[in-house]
Amino acid sequence: MISAYHLQIIILVGINIIMATSLNLITGFTGQLSIGHAAFMSIGAYASALVTLKLGFPFIASLLCGALVAGFFGILIGVPTLKLKGDYLAIATLGFGEIVRIVFLNLEITGGAVGLRGIPKITTLLWVVIAVLVTLFTLNRILKSRVGRAFIAIREDETAAESMGINTTYYKIVSFGVGAFFAGLGGGLFSHYFQYIHPGSFGFLRSIEHLCMVVLGGLGNLWGSVIGAAALTAIPELLRASADYRQLFYGAILVIMMRVRPQGLLGETSVSRSFLQGESILKRMNINKKSGL
Amino acid sequence: MFLQQLINGLVLGSTYALIALGYTMVYGIIELINFAHGEIYMFGAFVGMILVTVYQFPFFLAFFIAMALASLLGITVEFLAYRPLRRSTRLAALISAIGASIFLQNLALLIMGARPYTFPSPFAPMVYKTSLVTISRVELIILIVSFLLMLGLTFLIQKTKIGIAMRATAQDKDTASLMGININKVITITFAVGSALGAAAGVMVGIYFRTVTPMMGLMPGLKGFVAAVLGGIGSIPGAMLGGLLLGVAEVMGAAYISSQYRDAVAFAILIIVLLFKPSGLIGKSLQVKV
Repeated sequence: MISAYHLQIIILVGINIIMATSLNLITGFTGQLSIGHAAFMSIGAYASALVTLKLGFPFIASLLCGALVAGFFGILIGVPTLKLKGDYLAIATLGFGEIVRIVFLNLEITGGAVGLRGIPKITTLLWVVIAVLVTLFTLNRILKSRVGRAFIAIREDETAAESMGINTTYYKIVSFGVGAFFAGLGGGLFSHYFQYIHPGSFGFLRSIEHLCMVVLGGLGNLWGSVIGAAALTAIPELLRASADYRQLFYGAILVIMMRVRPQGLLGETSVSRSFLQGESILKRMNINKKSGL
Repeated sequence: MFLQQLINGLVLGSTYALIALGYTMVYGIIELINFAHGEIYMFGAFVGMILVTVYQFPFFLAFFIAMALASLLGITVEFLAYRPLRRSTRLAALISAIGASIFLQNLALLIMGARPYTFPSPFAPMVYKTSLVTISRVELIILIVSFLLMLGLTFLIQKTKIGIAMRATAQDKDTASLMGININKVITITFAVGSALGAAAGVMVGIYFRTVTPMMGLMPGLKGFVAAVLGGIGSIPGAMLGGLLLGVAEVMGAAYISSQYRDAVAFAILIIVLLFKPSGLIGKSLQVKV
């Protein structure tokens, strides 16, 4: 059978698939760049671990609890910030991520910098597989629905979407909330597998790692994220690349992919030209000025 | 006590202001958050530290070389990571910028290792005392040098030909280029000047806190950005004001509220500013026309 080491990699792949697909919902499908996705993961991880440890919830209830708390925070942070556009939103999510990390670092109940220890190891391969399937199924159903079409419309052109009667702020918040919910689920699985979490596990670089998976697989392509998560989790592990090289590699991936293949490995048909390869900002600004569009 | 905190805040704030200027200048011209700016600041601090400790350069010579080399790095980053994407969307450019930042940070980590380096103070540890406040020589030098650099920048932007070209480009690229301004050259110079200021901040923070690490750019980079947003991104006086205010707010927050949440102060300010006045204190308000 598979060794414990390989099992761990497979479980990590599963958790990262959940993280990457949920981030793809926000960034790839709705077009809202979030660079604080690990914050939702940490909220889910801490919340589920705490209800298991302090209240003795059964596993499925603590997972759900972690996901709901993360989703709640997703909506909470989404309501004010999603009125912001583009880069401002990215910075706000980054700021939010840092605040969450600093709060966990200083709270007593979360163990401060030491973190939470002794979380029971309940996450098994079966749990992860079920969670991944539930995530993929749900996200797929959402994306094929009216809601999903609204997300994509917002990504393609927010102004046009709004003029077609889509309540853009509402749908962006929904997207953020759902994305955060599944990130929280991933966090719950994470904490109940590694048995130990600390604020450093969910820093800025973790968010970047998730973004990398999405970008590599293809923004706006759910299966791309699955492959991106699997590749970026398994390959560095199997090559036993040191963590330093891994980060260097992530940085290079982001730059090179944007330059060479902005639609990602699988993103050929999923992302429209205007989204990633459209006219330059320069040109667009010019058009806007002249036509008053 | 309050006055003392104010001085400390201004010293810290003047370094934030220098970093913020780099962000705001680049944003003003190409509307891109130059995420790699924090790494250029880190690079400047390393160059200064190495020149002073290994090659025994006099401090101010090392300071200027660090600024010059950081300019080159800034230009290189622009050339490799941003210029090819000028015809792509903002999301693509932003992701590329984040990638460049992560790449440089980890390159430094690989070359220099994770251990912190000591930046020896080039000035005698002299302290000026009055009845109310104490200010060390290093702090005084940081304040004076930052002030001079900002004065120089204002002169550059307001009075020189290249400054006029920068302002014209920020206002309207197409018209500027029709007037015979070489946009690419302006962008290159903008990156060079912004990076030099970032490196200056890096060296000064190096002598202030006496340590240099590969990860040192992350937090000040983010805070410099917050300062730029606070002042109004794209506005040069805004970046200066935002930097000083942020430094004072951070020091005051640490002194009077809780020192553990010191880093959270900046991000809380960011979110509050974004919510209530996204255009910042003295920024132009951006309107989306339909």
